[in-house]
Amino acid sequence: MQEYLIIVVSAVLVSNIVLSQFLGICPFLGVSKKLSASLGMSGAVSFVLVLAGTITWTVQTYLLAPLGLGYLQTIAFILIIASLVQFVEMVLKKFSPPLYKALGIFLPLITTNCAVLGVAIINIQQEYTLGKVLVHSMSHAAGFTLALVLMSGIRERLEDADVPESMKGTPIALVTAALMSMAFLGFSGLI
Amino acid sequence: MLFAVLCLAGLGVVFGIILGVAAKKFAVEVDPRVEELMKVMPGANCGACGLPGCGGFAEALVEGTVKPSACSPGGASLQEKIAAILGTEVSTYEERQVAQLLCQGGIGHSKMLFRYQGISDCRAALASFKGQKACDFGCVMQGSCSKACPFGAIQMGADGLPVVDYYLCTGCNKCVVECPQQILKLVGVSHLVNVRCVNTEKGKDAKGKCSVACIKCKICEKNCPEDAVHVIESGNGTVALIDYEKCTNCGICAAKCPTKSIDKIPPISEEVVLEVGETPAAGCPSCGICKAA
Repeated sequence: MQEYLIIVVSAVLVSNIVLSQFLGICPFLGVSKKLSASLGMSGAVSFVLVLAGTITWTVQTYLLAPLGLGYLQTIAFILIIASLVQFVEMVLKKFSPPLYKALGIFLPLITTNCAVLGVAIINIQQEYTLGKVLVHSMSHAAGFTLALVLMSGIRERLEDADVPESMKGTPIALVTAALMSMAFLGFSGLI
Repeated sequence: MLFAVLCLAGLGVVFGIILGVAAKKFAVEVDPRVEELMKVMPGANCGACGLPGCGGFAEALVEGTVKPSACSPGGASLQEKIAAILGTEVSTYEERQVAQLLCQGGIGHSKMLFRYQGISDCRAALASFKGQKACDFGCVMQGSCSKACPFGAIQMGADGLPVVDYYLCTGCNKCVVECPQQILKLVGVSHLVNVRCVNTEKGKDAKGKCSVACIKCKICEKNCPEDAVHVIESGNGTVALIDYEKCTNCGICAAKCPTKSIDKIPPISEEVVLEVGETPAAGCPSCGICKAA
């Protein structure tokens, strides 16, 4: 039990996927202008992250590892994630049009999201069991959501702030991201 | 090496088959009418219909959530094509609408409390003491509507008020949404008489703040032969308002109004005019974008 708790705390706060490991920066900056959009993106990423984490672990454990093909990890995982996103998109479109519309453009974007690939590879590196893989993936998804929601909240307020002309838009967003990342450094002594 | 190739190829084939089967099994049928509609759209993607581009408009048409007349660049000819594709009757052609400014209190008419020198934006101007004018209802003269207009139909006049070029205006509603005072209104081109004041304060207070304000004297109401104009309750007070259904553009109210807060404009043509003496080429949707640019 304690092990799982440590995985959760470390994934959400200490080694937050965005703010400590600097993965998934693209949606972090791209889809954080509005709170509603960032929630949609977080939902889509969480969904794919957990699914992809589980499937890549299964493929690695039962196919690549027994055959001694560990070096194919990266390319195989990209293949899996890309197909998975396509598949999920089709299924959602058919069975849950409201959810498909809500996630909409975000789903295809996740195909090349490095946060998803990153978590899948960390899962393997840490030699987790299936249970731990699930918990670890979910925690990282929660960490991603946390970072995105915090960022979009700040950026919504920045809209009204008196930002110097040359710093408006992306520059101030990057500064904000840097400050948030430094703030998250404070969690590093937690475990 | 062989194993690696086989393994990866195997994975690829398996996923390919899964996706192929899924694409067939989970296929969602797209209405073929949407594609046909896309072919007849003006393709300007101007957003005048209030939907994201011509594609969004075509989808909404098939769903029936929008009227064919919502496309102002397309005009009557597009409505006929849409009706042919959707198999519906051509609805009565709705006349072109243009934006009308319901305020005449420019510099010289309206009393100013101070000089605003902040950001040139109506919302920003309103944030400091409800704007520089004594009147809290009228135009704040910072030109947010002019900036919002995608067709360049709104220019700021010498008296500080925006002037709408009725020939360029496509009735896209963007300025109406942008105006924080909500004093821009879409009015059909056949309606020439407008009450250009929305001040609901008592006559004396309104007159003290602006020389062209509605003073609620009801002279318009008494003189109207069609019973089309009334001083009605609005907000915390009253203000004159014309019922466009009844108004016949006779202009008596405009002539009798003691403060000239009602005015009658010269007739506006039904179609968007490009240049005087110039006939649009075949296929031109008359959207006015070229002239604005």
